Amino acid sequence: MKKSLILTLAGASLIAPVQAFAAPDAETAFIFNSLSFLVHGFIVMLMAAGFCMLEVGLVRSKNATVQSTKNIGLYSIAGLMYWLVGYNLMYMDVSGYIGSLAIWAPDDSAVITDAGYVGDSAGYSASSDWFFQMVFVAAAASIVSGAVAERVKLTTFLVFSAILTGIIYPIQGSWTWGGGWLSEMGFSDFAGSTIVHSVGGWAALTGAIIIGARKGKFGDDGSIRPMPGSNLPLATIGTFVLWFGWFGFNGGSQLAMGSAADVAAIANIFVNTNIAAAAGVVVAIIATALLYGKIDLTMALNGALGGLVAITAEPLAPTPLLAAFIGGVGSLLVVFSVPMLDRLKIDDVVGAIPVHLVSGIWGTIAVCFSTDASLIVQLIGIVSIGAFVVITSSLVWYALKALMGLRPSEDEELSGLDASECGLESYPDFIRQA
Amino acid sequence: MKYIITIIQPSRLEPLQDALAGLGIDGMTVSEVQGYGRQKGKTEIYRGTEYSVNFLPKIKVECAVDSKLAESVIETIRETCSSGRIGDGKIFTMDLSDAMRIRTGETGLSAL
Repeated sequence: MKKSLILTLAGASLIAPVQAFAAPDAETAFIFNSLSFLVHGFIVMLMAAGFCMLEVGLVRSKNATVQSTKNIGLYSIAGLMYWLVGYNLMYMDVSGYIGSLAIWAPDDSAVITDAGYVGDSAGYSASSDWFFQMVFVAAAASIVSGAVAERVKLTTFLVFSAILTGIIYPIQGSWTWGGGWLSEMGFSDFAGSTIVHSVGGWAALTGAIIIGARKGKFGDDGSIRPMPGSNLPLATIGTFVLWFGWFGFNGGSQLAMGSAADVAAIANIFVNTNIAAAAGVVVAIIATALLYGKIDLTMALNGALGGLVAITAEPLAPTPLLAAFIGGVGSLLVVFSVPMLDRLKIDDVVGAIPVHLVSGIWGTIAVCFSTDASLIVQLIGIVSIGAFVVITSSLVWYALKALMGLRPSEDEELSGLDASECGLESYPDFIRQA
Repeated sequence: MKYIITIIQPSRLEPLQDALAGLGIDGMTVSEVQGYGRQKGKTEIYRGTEYSVNFLPKIKVECAVDSKLAESVIETIRETCSSGRIGDGKIFTMDLSDAMRIRTGETGLSAL
């Protein structure tokens, strides 16, 4: 099959010397564009599993059931909210600051008619775009669940996720990817270091502060009590799964696969994404070995993710060397931010704030190293989205505190949320630690 | 009869089992415990914060023996489980007033 195709093209090139390469027709481009959204999209979907593994592995076993429930719950809620409210609030008739209130429905009738495909080569299936964007908003929501683990009420958290995915994320998304005021200013965030990761990070920060730390984590005398995770191999596998998912996350953000240039771009994106993560791991290994005399696996995992978040704002333009630098610096910021949060008495169970917020800000700034994006505009985007999410998420946390309560009782927290909120142990056959 | 409770390093359990079998002791109860004595604990570091782990994993071995055998059992345990380092463990000997085999109702030495 391949041989005859090559011979045909070779023959065609002899007859028509004007065009050496046959560009794909519009319908073929439509197919590949849609395929890119779908395949990259379901790869990103697996990040929901990755987050779940990472978070469950880093909490104590008495909270593993609740953490698992939070993860599958928020992914599902995100998927429904984005259909009912979020997508159109982010993309439909964006007026600069906000989209429209309407339930989304699939509709390719403008480009697929009885006459076949009548669109251009930049087209894609409407549902494929919805699907791809949906898995992104789910990623943003799951960032919050790790930071506030082990002391937030399950139901309260799920309600927060619904509001984050249905309203907060889509509105700031409309400013950028929806074509609103920030994108008009030239704000550049390829796959979402700010739009996805920092948004999750800010909401995680306000949550961690307003909900408060786990009981016993910080002493009045300034002491910090570590609460080691229950399953580090699971956390490691979760990190690998997230790393894998990131190829979909960054690669699919090319938003097209209908030409050789697009596919080459996606390939470069995969390369830079991997190198940034790898640099993140190595930097974290070296840094923790130097700082603490021992390599900290959990920091190496955070380092990989910090590198991935950092490259997410611009995974295409950098050279591999620059990608390694961006990823490495992101990881270094994470390694120093983790103990700094502890000193500030902000209890972030999994390091979500250093990884997604701190490294997300760095990644958004680092865009200026490889493109002609304006640093001022990048900063405007970082600050305006940050302010918006801090204010709205804080309001929601406080409202939920008044209406539903944010935390379980102290006894429930000590005996483990699995017992009090789910009545279901994760490891009933194993002896439990206090 | 005597009831002997021994706290040993986990790595010595299998050699101890073999050594006691050689004496004719073919039953024991083993549990995973944590404890410390002069060995104290150790310092670990998690995400930049140091903390002390005061309890170390140990194995507790319990067996009921004929009083006449008790001394040789204790000596065997000591030989098998001693490495010369702090943390080897301890042997406690208690008087056992009676024992019963559940299946048959036998008591006394024939229950052991």
